[in-house]
Amino acid sequence: MSDHEYVPSSKFGKWFNDRLPLLSLASHLTDYPTPKNLNYWWTFGGILTFCLITQIVTGLTLAMHYIAHADLAFESVEHIMRDVNYGWLIRYIHANGASMFFLAVYIHIFRSLFYGSYKSPREIIWIIGIIIYLLMMAAAFMGYVLPWGQMSFWGATVITNLFSAIPLVGEGIVNWLWGGYSVDNPTLTRFFTLHYLIPFLILGLVVLHIWALHIPGNNNPVGIDVKKPSKDTVPFHPYIVIKDAFALLMFTIVFAFFVFYSPNILGHADNYIEANPMVTPAHIVPEWYLLPFYAILRSVPDKLMGVVAMLSAILILAALPWLDTSKIRSAVFRPLYKQFYWILLVDVLVLGYVGAMPAEGLYLLIARVATAYYFIHFLIILPVLGFKEKTIPLPLSITEPVLGGFPMASVVKKKEGLN
Amino acid sequence: MKHTFKITYLIISLLAGALQVNAAEKIDLLKTDWTFKGLFGKFDRGSLQRGYQVYTEVCASCHSMKYVSYRNLFEPGGPEFTEDQAKAIAASFEVTDGPNSDGEMFVRPAKLSDKFVMPFANVKAAQAANGGAYPPDMSVLAKARSGGVDYIYSVLLGYEDPPSGVILEDGVYYNKYMYGNNIKMSEPLSDGLVEYSDGTTASKEQMAKDVTTFLMWAAEPHLESRHKMGFKAILYLIILTILVYFSMKKIWSRIESEV
Repeated sequence: MSDHEYVPSSKFGKWFNDRLPLLSLASHLTDYPTPKNLNYWWTFGGILTFCLITQIVTGLTLAMHYIAHADLAFESVEHIMRDVNYGWLIRYIHANGASMFFLAVYIHIFRSLFYGSYKSPREIIWIIGIIIYLLMMAAAFMGYVLPWGQMSFWGATVITNLFSAIPLVGEGIVNWLWGGYSVDNPTLTRFFTLHYLIPFLILGLVVLHIWALHIPGNNNPVGIDVKKPSKDTVPFHPYIVIKDAFALLMFTIVFAFFVFYSPNILGHADNYIEANPMVTPAHIVPEWYLLPFYAILRSVPDKLMGVVAMLSAILILAALPWLDTSKIRSAVFRPLYKQFYWILLVDVLVLGYVGAMPAEGLYLLIARVATAYYFIHFLIILPVLGFKEKTIPLPLSITEPVLGGFPMASVVKKKEGLN
Repeated sequence: MKHTFKITYLIISLLAGALQVNAAEKIDLLKTDWTFKGLFGKFDRGSLQRGYQVYTEVCASCHSMKYVSYRNLFEPGGPEFTEDQAKAIAASFEVTDGPNSDGEMFVRPAKLSDKFVMPFANVKAAQAANGGAYPPDMSVLAKARSGGVDYIYSVLLGYEDPPSGVILEDGVYYNKYMYGNNIKMSEPLSDGLVEYSDGTTASKEQMAKDVTTFLMWAAEPHLESRHKMGFKAILYLIILTILVYFSMKKIWSRIESEV
């Protein structure tokens, strides 16, 4: 890191900082040189940190009133909704917070895909991010089980049953996960324990994610390296802090609208029916943020291969820095990649849509085509594109792009709809 | 800007797509104007009180409401009976309490702190008395059906003779809006079934609307404070966002080029 050496002004400060350099850390964080051309798609890192903290704080409060027992869980949630002071508010923030968290993380991931933020030297940041994303899915899934409604119970049954696809040991693993021969009280208590644990694992990984980010510094919309600090950068505080705060507030307005005016619209009505092992709901549907992967799972006729395809769809992302052979980061300078980027985004949305539909007829056909395309994008298009694509010449710096004959950075920014 | 719109549009359509799952296979539900919808939506007190009357005189003989307490009946945002009225309502029910100091269970009149007394001791007893079908608990029913209050309202008014060719088993009725069209509950409402003390004409539609309003309150007793707080919270956030926006413009104006 290129920060200047920080020396506290007071004697005590010096004494303390020599022993534990917290003041140096604070100085590093405030002075951290950030490319000044970052657009609003870069504010989602801060928004995600906010989401994580919100989930932890509301989750802790809910845990004080929630009872992880198959006979009492549903009732304790109703107790929270009715009798705990502002319990309804805390629960609705937590439940909708999960959706907001995923909305933000998808934007964050697709920003990275567009601007090539996963490429050298930021591969480790990216891989940590993928692990965080996996843990988020695990946490969200287990959290959805806790209210012990019909979707909780049957969602848990369907997802844990996926492990039975593993040859030989599958059944054993499923019984081990359940702590019995069906989803029941032991399953609920362990899911609660893990649901409580995972956010703190995520918190630790977020620290590593940011630490790893602060080694090379932020990527930027132009995707070229910036000298730090220089005319191309601004100190994190106050410039980025105020911009992140503005974006975060816009985000919280959307968040608040869901919490106060349609708190149940993203959930499933069946989850207000207490879990009943004897009655299977007509459609078992996961939460919206898991639908693309659910579609991939169901598009493969073989159970084991379906599970493999679903897991591969996520794990393939970890290999992305090496699958994408292009040295150019930003899609702004990659006319072909840019087209494929939008096709991929549409492909994922299509997968999400068919994931919510019954797996039959036309929906199944669409799911299969979209699944195939998803893998073709990462395994064939991206590697080949790096060699074949004729890219646009890069500017020399984000403020002085003149020599390359490319339009001004400000023009690039306008074109990308940054402000 | 183009891409911003594109992405936002795509994300919204993804959400909308996910939401259509339930709507896709349903016929159009009956609509009525609910006072509790919208930014400032509130319950109609009179409707809630009448709805309670319909619930207790018609529904409660089969349907429990086990998460609602008698004290809720006089709390703000609900039917807002007086405390004495709520006490009198509670006292008209009997609950089994105990054991007392002799180790005996005993029966006493219900108090404000008691939950609504259930019509059957347990699910099995309820099934046995209702031809094998369990009349669902009504505490959160308004949130537990896709279509919500519109669905419940429609089912209450959706009884009709089966289309020719449809043969129903004994104890099964035809309902236009019920999932699968078969329902084991006979038509619960008929004109003039209850006598409203406030003089409102007890038509079938009126009773369906009142009792559904009551069910919505039972499922979401803090709906009114949620709407009130939501308006204030969002207004506050908008003002703060505007202030922060201008602060941001001011701070970034120190940098030569624009933000």
